[in-house]
Amino acid sequence: MNVTKPLALAATALLLATGAAWAQSSEVRIGVALEPPALDPTAGAAEAIDVVVYQNIFEGLTRIDQNGAVQPGLAESWEIAEDGLTYTFSLHEGITFHDGTGFDAEDVKFTFDRILAEDSVNAQKALYEPIAAVNVVDPQTVEFQLSRPDGLFLFNLGRGDAVIVAPESADNNASEPIGTGPFAFVQWDRGSRVILERYEPYWGEAPALTKATYLFISDTATLTNALLAGDVDGTNNFAPEALAVFENNPQFKVLVGSTEGETILGTNNAKEPFSDLRVRQAMAHALNRQEIIDGATYGYGVPIGSHFAPHHPYYLDLTGTYPYDPDAAKALLAEAGYPDGFSATLKLPPVAYARLSGQIIASQFAQVGIKLELISMEWAQWLEDVLGNKDFDLTIVAHVEPFDIGIYADPNYYFGYDNPDVQALNETLNATIDEGERQRIAQEVQTIIAEDAVNGYLFELAQTGVWNAKLDGMWQNAPIEGVVLRDIHWVE
Amino acid sequence: MLPKRATNAMRHLPPCGGGREGGQPRPGFPVTLFILRRLLTFAATLFVAALIIFILLDLLPGDPARFILGINASEASVAALRTQMGLDAPAHERFFGWIAGMVRGDFGISATQRVAIGGLIAERMAVTLPLTMMAMVLSMLIGLPLGIVAAMRRGKPADTGLMILAQTGIAIPNFWFGMLLTLVFAVALRWLPTGGFTPWHENPGAAFRGLILPGLALALPQASILARVMRTALVDVTGQDFIRTARAKGLTRSEAIWRHGLRNAFLPVLTILGLQFAFLIAGTIIVENVFYLPGLGRLIFTAVSERDLTLVRSATIVLVLAVTATMFITDLLYTLVDPRLRRQNA
Repeated sequence: MNVTKPLALAATALLLATGAAWAQSSEVRIGVALEPPALDPTAGAAEAIDVVVYQNIFEGLTRIDQNGAVQPGLAESWEIAEDGLTYTFSLHEGITFHDGTGFDAEDVKFTFDRILAEDSVNAQKALYEPIAAVNVVDPQTVEFQLSRPDGLFLFNLGRGDAVIVAPESADNNASEPIGTGPFAFVQWDRGSRVILERYEPYWGEAPALTKATYLFISDTATLTNALLAGDVDGTNNFAPEALAVFENNPQFKVLVGSTEGETILGTNNAKEPFSDLRVRQAMAHALNRQEIIDGATYGYGVPIGSHFAPHHPYYLDLTGTYPYDPDAAKALLAEAGYPDGFSATLKLPPVAYARLSGQIIASQFAQVGIKLELISMEWAQWLEDVLGNKDFDLTIVAHVEPFDIGIYADPNYYFGYDNPDVQALNETLNATIDEGERQRIAQEVQTIIAEDAVNGYLFELAQTGVWNAKLDGMWQNAPIEGVVLRDIHWVE
Repeated sequence: MLPKRATNAMRHLPPCGGGREGGQPRPGFPVTLFILRRLLTFAATLFVAALIIFILLDLLPGDPARFILGINASEASVAALRTQMGLDAPAHERFFGWIAGMVRGDFGISATQRVAIGGLIAERMAVTLPLTMMAMVLSMLIGLPLGIVAAMRRGKPADTGLMILAQTGIAIPNFWFGMLLTLVFAVALRWLPTGGFTPWHENPGAAFRGLILPGLALALPQASILARVMRTALVDVTGQDFIRTARAKGLTRSEAIWRHGLRNAFLPVLTILGLQFAFLIAGTIIVENVFYLPGLGRLIFTAVSERDLTLVRSATIVLVLAVTATMFITDLLYTLVDPRLRRQNA
């Protein structure tokens, strides 16, 4: 009797242990650095929101795949009128929201009316302003009328900002998101984790995972320990300085891919001495990109010569426009009237890539006579000073929106670049649907802003994921913000 | 003589003790006055703290609406959100609106999370309060015996060794100690989780396990301080006349210390314990980040970096409240430990 009881306990424990191991094969725990402030992707710009919900809980009419291409989403097909002003979408049948209500064309209309409303708080409202009207043709068909052609329209429909929400639940999506995606929201222990479960009535192909937990771990050392101890199964973007811990460990795989984050030395073009092209050219010549990439991203960044992602089909390699040449930089400075250089401030937001790049650039600029004062600030202050009041000389920031070259056509944007040629080209680009023509124009804009040295073009941020070696199906690249669970599965 | 005794008893004994002598009912107003005065001071402290917190946070640069919508959002969207969050109203209206709300028990809506702050804080308290208590208990369990042992072995190698240990404990930052604990007990031995928190109602055992390492990390510096204070206090007491008298009556040295010394040495220790609560609460901000615990410290940390000012100020006020209340309780405990404080005025 005395012997059998412990034995029985041990057997139960063993069963439980194997049960746990077996259950794990359809569950995943993902560690992410930032907790989303809310879970409604249509009312906030935080990447952390999309990391949890994009294509997992919520879906749009189209979706972006891991190569950045547009795929059908809730709309199975569409027709574009010849003038490029009318898009007619055929919606999939039998789609339900996680609360059981049906999805139809009315929900699409509601979603876009909400985005375009006067009191809309959609972070990307401007992207959808070409939409003049959304008409419900029948429950399975919806028609978009545009006021002008928009070459990026289908891509923009696939963004997290344009996921379809239901009128019954939209107001509660911030804390209790209800969408049409393959995973339904279960619970959010604020400050700790979000749990999603596979939505069995999902209209599309069922994902392999039955459950996904996002754990919010902001400290790199802590996340390292959690990965090593097996408390989390992976993370989509790990601090590059600590990647070495996992690189030669067979229990983990490190996925290095690209993102949409062009890291630039933001330059106040509206302010002396940066309004002088020669000064900006001199700064471009003074930058040693490889040194910055090695020092600030531990070698994981990809050099860029303009404001465009290297993995994009329209990308043009312009890194050779102003090669590293301190002598040329000094000569240009002298020509511009600064033979002894000048002093300027460099305002740095609280991200490692900016703080580290800042120090390296300060030493590179010192070699040509430009003395930089480094000012570290918090995000909120940076947003107010640099982005809001344009009270800055130089700054370092990564622009993470996909295909965002259009910011160079806005003279009121923080770097104050006012070039009518670029503005005209951007308008043509927006109105062009033909791929070849779009590519030609996009490349022309890339070239102009590279030659104008509007900003210092440093590198494209890398995505450096660390995952359990037995997990498969994660996106290596991040053409859009999100951690898409759809294809993730365990392999033995 | 009688009236004097009565009023003094009123002032210094708990209200229930008032009817102890004689059967006649005592007038209740001096006690009420005493409590009223304390409550008024309490309220005034909170009001001044609220005013300072509000002004300081209002002076901070940074627009919460812009923070939420990011660098590509249009001015119109940001303005719409600012109106929705009530940031347009003048400062005094927002201040008194906030105070009036708190009096009603309504702490407002978090700017970034869009949920009621009262609920958020209550949720986080379910982690931070047990964590602080655990750290408090652990620091006493570790610190007090060590301090007593050191005092008993004064001048001997054990004393020196323990005091060097205590000095090291004070010098080690608790986040670093936390990481060492994780490496040993979570990564290498896998006895405990590296962090995170399972809610109490889901699995109380797992919730408790999750608090052990962070509790230890928080407790270590406090235990070291306690050990030093305990030792010094006990050493002081051992030199006093009543211990000598006890020895003269035939008690051994350790018997005299156990029976008469400890209780007397406990006064300075109690003072330190009261102060420690404030330190522990502050310490949770760092330790909760290291162990990714969903506590109040981490809530404040995130709220500050996200410019969620409504949340920061309400959470800060709750902390002020907690610390002030602890001070008050410490004062009451004094009179329990030291009968002289009760007798003095009798």
